[in-house]
This record gives sequence, C-alpha cells and structure tokens, in this order.
Amino acid sequence: MATKVTTAPGKISEIDRLIEEHGYDDHFHDHHDEDKYKSNFLSTYVFSMDHKIIARQFLITGIFWAIIGAGMSIIFRLQLGFPLESMAWLKPLLGKWIEINPDTGFGTLAPQFYYALVTMHGTIIVFFVLTAGLSGTFSNLLIPLQVGARDMASPLLNMLSYWFFFLASVVMFLSLFLSTGPFAGGWVAYPPLSALPQASDGSGAGMTMWVMSLVFFVVSVLLGGINYVTTVLNLRTKGMTLWRMPLTIWAFFVTAILGILSFPVLFSGFLLLTMDRELGTSFFLSEIYVGGQALENVGGSPILYQHLFWFLGHPEVYIIILPAMGLVSEVLSVHCRKPIFGYKAMVYSILAIGFLSFLVWAHHMFMAGVNPFISNFFVIFTLIIAVPSAVKVFNWITTIYKGNIRFNSASLFSVGFVSLFISGGLTGIFLGNSAIDIQMHDTYFVVAHFHIVMGIAAFFGMFAGVYHWFPKMFGRFMNETIGKLHFWGTIIGAYAIFWPMHYLGMAGVPRRYYSRESFETFRHFSETSEFITIAAIITFFFQILFVVNFFYSIWKGKKQTKRNPYGATTLEWTTPIIAGHGNWPGKIPTVQRWAYDYGKGGREFISQIEPLAPGEQDEGGH
Amino acid sequence: MDLTFRENRRNKIHPWKFALWASCASILMMFAALTSAYVVRKAAGNWLEFPLPNIFIISAVVMVASSVVLHFSYVNFKKGNEAMYKMLLIIGALLGFSFLILQYQGWLALTDMGVFLDGNPAGSFIYAISGLHAAHVLGGIGVLGMALLHAFGLKYKVTEKRKIRFELTLTYWHFVDVLWIYLLVFLLMQ
Repeated sequence: MATKVTTAPGKISEIDRLIEEHGYDDHFHDHHDEDKYKSNFLSTYVFSMDHKIIARQFLITGIFWAIIGAGMSIIFRLQLGFPLESMAWLKPLLGKWIEINPDTGFGTLAPQFYYALVTMHGTIIVFFVLTAGLSGTFSNLLIPLQVGARDMASPLLNMLSYWFFFLASVVMFLSLFLSTGPFAGGWVAYPPLSALPQASDGSGAGMTMWVMSLVFFVVSVLLGGINYVTTVLNLRTKGMTLWRMPLTIWAFFVTAILGILSFPVLFSGFLLLTMDRELGTSFFLSEIYVGGQALENVGGSPILYQHLFWFLGHPEVYIIILPAMGLVSEVLSVHCRKPIFGYKAMVYSILAIGFLSFLVWAHHMFMAGVNPFISNFFVIFTLIIAVPSAVKVFNWITTIYKGNIRFNSASLFSVGFVSLFISGGLTGIFLGNSAIDIQMHDTYFVVAHFHIVMGIAAFFGMFAGVYHWFPKMFGRFMNETIGKLHFWGTIIGAYAIFWPMHYLGMAGVPRRYYSRESFETFRHFSETSEFITIAAIITFFFQILFVVNFFYSIWKGKKQTKRNPYGATTLEWTTPIIAGHGNWPGKIPTVQRWAYDYGKGGREFISQIEPLAPGEQDEGGH
Repeated sequence: MDLTFRENRRNKIHPWKFALWASCASILMMFAALTSAYVVRKAAGNWLEFPLPNIFIISAVVMVASSVVLHFSYVNFKKGNEAMYKMLLIIGALLGFSFLILQYQGWLALTDMGVFLDGNPAGSFIYAISGLHAAHVLGGIGVLGMALLHAFGLKYKVTEKRKIRFELTLTYWHFVDVLWIYLLVFLLMQ
C-alpha cells in the first residue's frame, strides 16, 4: 500500500503520452499538498483524508459487520430449523442467552435474545453493510477516480463521514454487550416497543444506544452524500460531460441524492421518538395500558412513526440497490467487451427509480390500517417501478447477449446479480398489490422477496465490485479459483435458502415467530425449515472463503503488472497502479469520449482519454 | 483542502456553496417531515386547538431584520467600508441572538397558556419544530461567532477566500431565516 508513483522507467506508455498531450495541468503537485496528507502513519492510514484510503476503511468495516450480521442469522436459523435440539453447546459463546434446564441439561435460546438477533441482523446488514459498506466504499473509491478529480470536494468532511460511521459502529457494537441485551423490537423500531423503555428488555438501554448509533449513522450518510453530489457536479475533469459519465457514477450520484433527501426524515422520526422516550411527549404513543395501569400518554399515533420511517425506508432500498446496479453495469460491459446496451435508457431508468422511490413508502403499511383508497395510489406507483427495473434487466441481458464474455469472479457475480434481481423483482409485483398483501404480509414470502432482491442481490453487486476493483484498491488480484468457488457456493446457497421460503410464505407461515412448534398447520414445514438452515450454514462457510481470499490477497495476491488489466475505458485505470494522493502524478487527463467504446472500429476498446479520430462520432452524444 | 479544485471547477458555483445548498435541502426535508407529520396527526383528530403566541411573529421580524443587516454588512465588507461592516456584523449577530431569546419567550407564553411539552401532540409539535429550528439558528450563531472572530482578529482585507466564507455564512443565515418564516406561516395557517 505504498503511495509511491510507479511509472515504467525509460519509455513512456501510451496512457502517459495521452495524458501528457491532452491532459491539463492544475499545478496540484506544486503545492506540497502531500505533506498534509501523509506526514505520519496516523494521517496516512487512520485519519486519512484520501478518498482511496477512506474507501478501504468503509469496506473493511463493512466486512467486519457482514460477518457479525451473517453470524447472527446462523444462530437464529438454528433456532428455526432445529427448535427441538439442545443449544447448550452455544453457552460458552452466548452466555446467559442460552437457558439451560438444570434437570435435563437441555439448552434453549432465550426468546428475547432471538428477537434481539433478528433486529440486529436487519439493522447491521441494511445500514452498516449494504449502505456504508457498499455505497460508502465504492462512491469513495470510484467517484474521484472515474470523474477525473484529485479528491472529493471536501476531503475533511469525507473523513468525518467515515468516522461518524465508525462511531455509530462502536455504539451499536457495545449495545450487544448490555446486560439487558441490544434492542429487540425489529430493525424498523416501531413504537410502542421502541418508545416505551419498559416494553421489553432491549427497549431500555438497548434502544437508547440503537437510536444514538443510527443518529451518528445519519450524520455519516449526509456528510458522505453531500460530498458525492458536489464532487460529481463540480469536480468533473474537462470533457467529462454528464452523458459521458460511467453508469457507476450515475448510480452513486442518484444514490447520494436519495440519501440527502430521505435520511433527514428518519432523523425527524428519531427526534420525535426520543422525545417520547425521554421527555414524556405522546407523538407515537396512544392510550396504552401496561400491567393494567394506563400510561399518561394521550393522542399519539404509532402509524405516524411508520410513515416517517418508511419515507426513509423505501428510498433506502434503492440506496442499497442502485450502487450495486451501477457496479454490475460497468463490470458486465467491461467483461463482455461490449458497450452497455441502451446507455441513456439506463440513466433515465436510474433517475426514474430514484424519483419513484419517494412515492411508494406506504406499500410497507398496507396492513397497518392505512385507508384502502390511499393504498391504491401506492399500488400504482409501486407497480410502475417495475418498468424502469425491467428496462435495466433487459439492457443487462442484451449487453451479455453475443458478448465476448470473460467468465471471471466479477462477471459471474454480475450475472448472478441479474438473476437474483429478476427472481426477487417478480415477487415484488405480487407484494406490491394491496389485495394480495392481505395474505402475504408478514409471512416468509416477504422475507424471501426482500432478501433476494435487495439483500443477496446487493451483496452480489458488492462482490462483483470487490473482485473487479480489488487491483485498484490494493495493486493485487484476488484468487480467481477461490472466487469462482465462492460464486457457485453462494448462488446455489442463496437460492436454496430463499426459494423454499416462498412456499412457506404462501402457506401463511408468519415471519418473526420464535417457534412454530405449537401450530399444527405449520408443522409439515419443519423439514423445509431444517433444509433452509443447513443451506444457510453451508452458504455462510462459502463467505469465509471470500474473507480469507480478501485478506490473503491484500498481501499475497497476484501482483497487478499492467495499469489497465481488463482493457477498460474508464479513467480509474489511467492512474499509476498504486496511485498517490491526487490520483494522477502529473496532469489530469481530459475526457474525449463516452465510457463504453468497446469493439468500436475493429479495436477491442478505446480509453476515454483518447481523442476522437477525424470524422468519428462520440456515442455518448449530447 | 481547497487545492483539490483550484482549477478543476466546472461551474461558476463554488463547490462549498453547492455543498451548502445540498445541506439546506437536507435540513428542509427534516422540517418537511415534521410539518407533514403535523398535518397527518392533526387530521386524525383528538387535537388541542390554541392560538400561536404573537411572540413568534415578533421573533420572525427580528430574524428578517438580522438577515437584512447582515446582508448590508457583507455589501460594506466588499466596498471596503470597514467600520460599517464591523458594526453591522455585530448588530446582526445580536439580533440573531435575541431571536433565540424571543423563541424562549414564546415557549414561556405557551406554558402560560397551559400548553406543555408533554400532553396533547398539538403542543408538543410546536416545541419540537421550534426547538429543532432554534438548534439550527444556534449553529448559525456559532458561524457568526467565527465571522466576528475573523472581523476583529484578522487584518481587514477583501480576499476571495474571505468573501466566500462570508457568503457561505450569509447563505446559511438567510436559509434559517426563510425556514422560520415557512414554519411560522405553516403554524399560523393551521
């Protein structure tokens, strides 16, 4: 991870020649900026303001949380798959959360801890892994590199963005060790479970720390998002018009806008929630009896919280999936050696998805007592989202069609993403109908739907991104054989886990239940449930392959020898293999064409920095 | 830090200013959420009706006055009118501070009427909305404090950097000003 500039001695490469001839000099390196950025170990690797380091910090913190979040799911899957088996063997790990029967030695998972596990699993994966770990990592890494900027608009705020995320992580992590346990009222934190400290074990200190952590997280997202939007709009290099931006940048850009507009609403919800908890207000608390005693609260509405939460909650789904879509579009185009099909349609569908994501939040509340007439409005907009989504799927498939496909880990995970997005998207059309939702809501059908379409699919986008841009981050490649093994294990595993859940859901098996043993109706699903748990455990072990591969490759992976190993067109591959602060050692390259000139005029690819030949048309157009 | 975009700027707008506008949009969404919640909750019934204390209108006038005064402070700063610039800056900051005192008086007027923070959400909303707004004004006063430090601590010089700083301060201040007017009109119309 040394930051020294590497250029081939003696002869000047084609990339350097193009940058030297057509780039422009912003006198960046005349100002001894670098001293400020890497005066010592702390400011180089810890409190770094360099976007490339911050990206790696986001990624590694995200991986840490992914292991914890997925590990939790294994524990509660054990409970669901094998409710009659003793869990005494987990006692050393989970302590008092495993209750041992003194006579028989039989160990059971404490029911309240089961709820804490599902709550933390959701919170961690949605916010810490798939928001910070995904868009935090790749927005940071790719925005300045692909638009041709020295760094973010404000490197300081960018650094703070990571450290607020870190702070949020620390608070959430500590809450896992509270004697009363972490918050256990579901990742959506609906009142009254979240508003009344006496509601459950986790609703006291656990919830206080949960909300504190998420407030820090909101700050992190806002600092990051404002920076990303500003960088994309203000710091693009010469020639990088909006229509020449790679789809990754479009996706990060719209994602950041969604974050800026929706996270403050969540913050407002948390403000009112905290006032209810600490100051005795009744925004979300109606007349409630606890232990036969009426509380003093009057006139609150828990539905109001749901509105505020889902106004963030639904755009949040797209905050998670849009970056994955951007990464997949780019990876597919590069590894199919074809221009992305329907570039402009892709951009417009990103914009349409972003816009529509603000108009559909109440489809999470069809069964919460919302006026059925209002539901119709949300049904229509929800179903309309299928249109831009289908446009994107069509374009990905058409990009692959007759492509000269390189089957490496990155492209396999991208194809896997498309597969999952189709499977999960189709069930979304079922759930978007308020009438079908009467049967389906709060069942395993919902669990299967969102895990496939935004959980696993977003992970696949992230994996594709990590395998593809790993050399850009560490100057080495990840092991391809292990990568492919990881892919096949994960895609088969993911379908094995979530496909059967659809059947459970259609039969009405409710989610969130600690044990279904006492329900005669659901008993015949116990074998399916066992199968799901076994699949989950096997899939989890395939993820360990990835983690080992990742950390091994940082130090021991195959070294990157060529600056542009994939023959890609975008700007990030024109920097030195290990780019120092400021990304380009001399001039900044200027952009001469769009980002997808593959297979044009008999050439395999043409870099964005290469001027148009006389009479040549720029496909990006204006 | 500003070196990263010394000659790399695409648009006329300064990146920091753009970032500030984006932040304002974000803050606006926060208040839009609160006012929407207000509307939705009110429509559900069981709502306490009471008149909004007039002090909140007076505070709005004071806030607008401070905005105008600070604007002229900036005009004088650019013109090279040092004494006037400094004086108006102090007056503007004092007016801003008195806005906060007036808001607190407004809260006292509410409690005199028997509208408390806890109780019917109709009252709680006023406290929540004006409180969150006051927190943003407090942030603005912090920034004005920096401006005062610069005005009296540094040698008077009209540089590009100081102009940008002043403009950023001013933009934010006008924003919280207009925000309060929006909130006031919203609350009066209810």
